[in-house]
Amino acid sequence: MSAPVLIACGFGINSDEELAEAFRQAGADPSRIHLTDLLAEPGMLARFRILAFPGGFSFGDHLGSGMVLANLLRRRLRPEIEAFLADGGLAIGICNGFQVLAKTGILTNLRGGWEREITLVHNEKPGYVDDWVRVRVEPECPCVWTKGLSTLDLPVRHGEGRFTARDPGTLARLESERLVALRYEGRNPNGSANGIAGVCDRTGRVLGLMPHPEAFLIPDNHPDRRRRPPRETGLEIFRNAVARS
Amino acid sequence: MRIEIFFTDPALDGPGSGISEKLSRALGRDLRVRVVEVILPGVPVPRPVAEEAFSDPVVQRVTLDEPAAALLPGWSALVETAWRPGVTDTLALTAREALAICGGPPESESAGLRTARQYLLYGDAGRPEAEEAARLLHNPLIQEARILTVEDWAAGLRPPASYPGVSVHDRPDWETFDLESLSDTELEALSRDRLLALTLPELRALRDHFADPRTVEARRSAGLPAEATDVELEMVAQTWSEHCKHKIFNAEIEYSETDGAGRPSGAPETIRSLFKTYIRGLTEELAPSKDFLRSVFTDNAGVVQFRPGWALCVKAETHNSPSALDPYGGAITGIVGVNRDILGTGMGAKPIFNTDVLCFAPPDTPEGEVPEGLLHPREVLEGVHKGIVDGGNQSGIPTVAGTFLFDESFLGKPLVFCGTGGILPETVNGKPAWEKTVSPGDRAVMLGGRIGKDGIHGATFSSLALDEGSPASAVQIGDPIIQRRMTDFLLEARDRGLYAGITDNGAGGLSSSLGEMAQSSGGVRIDLDACPLKYPGLSPWEILVSESQERMSLAVPPDRIDDFLALAARRGVEATVVGEFTDSGNVEIRSGGRTAGLLSLDFLHDGLPPLRLSARWSPVSLPSDPLPAREDWTETLYRILAEPNSASKEPWVREYDHEVQGRSVEKPFTGVHRDAPSDGAVLKPRYDDGAGITVTHGICPRLSDYDAGLMAACAVDEAYRAHVALGGDPDRAAALDNFCWPDPLPSPGNPDAERKLAQLVRACRGLADACRAYGLPLVSGKDSMKNDAVAGGRRISVRPTLLVTLTGFVGDVRKVPSTDFPGPGLLVYLLGRTEGALGLSLLERVEGLRFGDPPGIDTAAAVPLYRALARGISGRLVLSCHDLSDGGLAAAAAESCLGGRVGADLVLDALPGAEAAEPVRILFSECPSRLLVSVRAADRERFERSFSGLPHRLLGTTTAEPRLRFRHAGREVLSAALDGLESAYKTPIAGRRYP
Repeated sequence: MSAPVLIACGFGINSDEELAEAFRQAGADPSRIHLTDLLAEPGMLARFRILAFPGGFSFGDHLGSGMVLANLLRRRLRPEIEAFLADGGLAIGICNGFQVLAKTGILTNLRGGWEREITLVHNEKPGYVDDWVRVRVEPECPCVWTKGLSTLDLPVRHGEGRFTARDPGTLARLESERLVALRYEGRNPNGSANGIAGVCDRTGRVLGLMPHPEAFLIPDNHPDRRRRPPRETGLEIFRNAVARS
Repeated sequence: MRIEIFFTDPALDGPGSGISEKLSRALGRDLRVRVVEVILPGVPVPRPVAEEAFSDPVVQRVTLDEPAAALLPGWSALVETAWRPGVTDTLALTAREALAICGGPPESESAGLRTARQYLLYGDAGRPEAEEAARLLHNPLIQEARILTVEDWAAGLRPPASYPGVSVHDRPDWETFDLESLSDTELEALSRDRLLALTLPELRALRDHFADPRTVEARRSAGLPAEATDVELEMVAQTWSEHCKHKIFNAEIEYSETDGAGRPSGAPETIRSLFKTYIRGLTEELAPSKDFLRSVFTDNAGVVQFRPGWALCVKAETHNSPSALDPYGGAITGIVGVNRDILGTGMGAKPIFNTDVLCFAPPDTPEGEVPEGLLHPREVLEGVHKGIVDGGNQSGIPTVAGTFLFDESFLGKPLVFCGTGGILPETVNGKPAWEKTVSPGDRAVMLGGRIGKDGIHGATFSSLALDEGSPASAVQIGDPIIQRRMTDFLLEARDRGLYAGITDNGAGGLSSSLGEMAQSSGGVRIDLDACPLKYPGLSPWEILVSESQERMSLAVPPDRIDDFLALAARRGVEATVVGEFTDSGNVEIRSGGRTAGLLSLDFLHDGLPPLRLSARWSPVSLPSDPLPAREDWTETLYRILAEPNSASKEPWVREYDHEVQGRSVEKPFTGVHRDAPSDGAVLKPRYDDGAGITVTHGICPRLSDYDAGLMAACAVDEAYRAHVALGGDPDRAAALDNFCWPDPLPSPGNPDAERKLAQLVRACRGLADACRAYGLPLVSGKDSMKNDAVAGGRRISVRPTLLVTLTGFVGDVRKVPSTDFPGPGLLVYLLGRTEGALGLSLLERVEGLRFGDPPGIDTAAAVPLYRALARGISGRLVLSCHDLSDGGLAAAAAESCLGGRVGADLVLDALPGAEAAEPVRILFSECPSRLLVSVRAADRERFERSFSGLPHRLLGTTTAEPRLRFRHAGREVLSAALDGLESAYKTPIAGRRYP
């Protein structure tokens, strides 16, 4: 049976359709669920195996990217999300979804209790940027989403993607516990600490990343599609999750 | 209570560092800026709630009634900006939601919440610098700014504890006007004072209507006074505005020509409606052979079939006047506005791409040349660009194509063309999705934002020239997030069959949207008392015509209304029944429990007296300087590539999200380092098959100096050629026409109106002729006919401009070529004849000289060439393809080399059409209908056979050596290293540099 995936939508989230397509192509069974429906019936989360927060501008990113949605989750859905994760569920946050996971404290949750340890601030060179980057997958990271991958070309599309840890100790711990899943190779598009493009929690089942694997599902999405389209597309990340969910 | 939020580490204060850069550049001194966000909640907020709701504890700090400025010492001045009363404050709306989420006051108690922003200026900044900074940090039309120097602070001065809200008066009732008692002069004064923008014949028609005994009788039985109410005057003015009725395009025009010596040439001609004759006429002529047309010219946007089961709709609009006054708000409102056109097409389509074509005066225009009262073009460019970044990106709609164009004639009004395409299933709930039927008894529902004083008179305002007295209330700021939430809801409601008809609330507000939908059922009753308002105190007429943003109007059948309202409530989108559709033949408006207006649909939509105009054309011959005599044209090419019209826009365009929704194939930039310009965009609308669409443009206003007919034909050619160059099917494409003209109506201040109208006639003919040649139907369009500004005693009018936006079909996106040469050792061909005329070219601009008339166009000759090219692409013979435009062959070759990071060795001898021309003509002529392609050496014979009998010429080959060379008659005439080409092409525009 294919894995049921809950893809959050509404409130200014806007990459939900292509994320659903990515999971579908990876063999999962995605449902786009409006957050007002999830809030009305939080118990429905237990029916899913994967929880996904897509990119977008939830609540306009007013007051800080992802912040209002993060507060909504902390205030209204925390017990259900904790139970879902404790039960072995997988979660992913992409771009705005990563900002949300960081600002809830679900990532990186080193100390438990959804303490806020990391965040994503404005790019070092101010302004939004849409460009492609190469990311290196950290081989020793326990992340189930990136297992077995080496490098990926992916688009980044954000104005607030600069990975920042609360303090040097937190950053050191993320590194020593191998929780950095993806790192920018070559050009760091936003000034992220240690070139971090994505991190997971200690279970390896929750991944947050700034690049958009769901926008690279076919070789023709790649900007250099006519010369040397890479072998691996963003789809691999979703296939990994579906295989391990 | 004042809540302030700031980043504890200045290195992470992104907004501050962006503004530091901008201010340091503008003020010519090193200033560092820290930004403090200010929230004035208007209700008590406990500290833990404020901290949770408003700050990121990892990097930010919140203070309550403790000035951040005191905690961040060392600044020399501070500037605090806040929105003026009534201007949309999107941050405030979210802040209220955030407070409610975090256990603070509910939204019902925080309606008075206001936001402000404080800029702390560090470095050498006294009051004069702070004033200059404040000027750059706010727009006084919509914001106020306060300045405090560090001395002021020491003296105990502080920013205000609160900012004024909209002052609420008692709700004014409607007034009446006895039109019959008014003389013509008094009628005109009434139109002027109330900004009705009606002409004398129109005012007379209005006066006659109210004097008509049938009108008198109908009014008596409805309990209305015989005099016209202001509600009625405003409704008629909106409906009859140039913006809504396109009076000039429907006018009866007497067109005559004289020859160069002023003698009449040929008999005068009478054209009954340019629109019907040339635009709709053309499409009707082509329709039998275009089976993909679904709905043209009738709805908000043209609808075509994309593939069985799916339709595509496209629309482009301009938002010029608002963008001149408030570039940021004008642009953002332009985008979300045209998005709503797509949402309101048929039963509602999902927007899948945006386009933006922006025309400004050159960003390096000397300050002294900008008339008093107008913004500097650099500020207009920056504001419009930021509006597009925020408007498009936050809506989740990719900005896939467009351009920036710089020309002195856009100093008075910029042209801001915003386009959108959407997809919709061919059938919705078993009915064709492009049809909507509104029935008597359907509820008239207003959805989305509430009504305020913002955007009153946008439709009539855009029908006037811009002057110092232009009203601030005509400016609005769209909120893409509110609209996004509404969009999600609408598409859900559509698929559940919860409504019967939909249209957007754009120009003219409810008066236009409900007035239009009423034509389907045969009438409507509008209850102004039911309309949800942002604040009390609006007059009935203001409620009717306000263009407050993020609103749609719908017709909901009585048996679906409960479900519709329940779903809206669940999704957090405001929906209100504001009336009912009828078959009474009238628009009936109620206010204060009684009838405030009664207008028959016949009068409203057909009572407008046709305009009669005359147009006079005489040909021009442009001045001609001697051509520069040079042995080597390398430096000339560098100067052309560095000219803002052809220099790279990448630092600006990379701020647009062009890939959200995951449909992107051909992107704005291409090549090894993704930095060479593409000819347009290719998208894959559906994830489940390989078919694509092209999105391309054509625009060449400079040619209007010679002949607007040539200008229009070249715009069509440019858009269609790019479509073919991107692998598009030559038989399956559709176009939009957007005219932006200087006022062609005669008045004392506008002595050459007849010539401007003649240019319009010729443009329509040029458009129709070129579209006919290419088999390109027009499916929608729009015109903006008052692109003049009167400022500082000068009248500045735009060059007559037609934008052609094209979308067409691509069978298989895997075959789409890019503009860059894919490698060394490939054959390079020029396709098309070269006419070496240099008039109105970019070469003229960089030389500061005039080179006579521009090259002409031969669309009939281009047709077989484009078809052969389409076959070559489909057969994978063509590896790269780039259209020739600004800067001609030399610029196109430079871009193709740069993209592929290869050189090329090219020979200019014996080019078809230019066998005897000097090298400068061959290199830089902007003769239309030409392309540069690369082909494998092994395919030479096949390729040449496929172009036999058509103008083509092998120029040479691409090389591994990174150098572009041109030779002519055995002599090298241009030799440029790729590095040199790259640095010329990447010359910053308005100081914006590459990362």
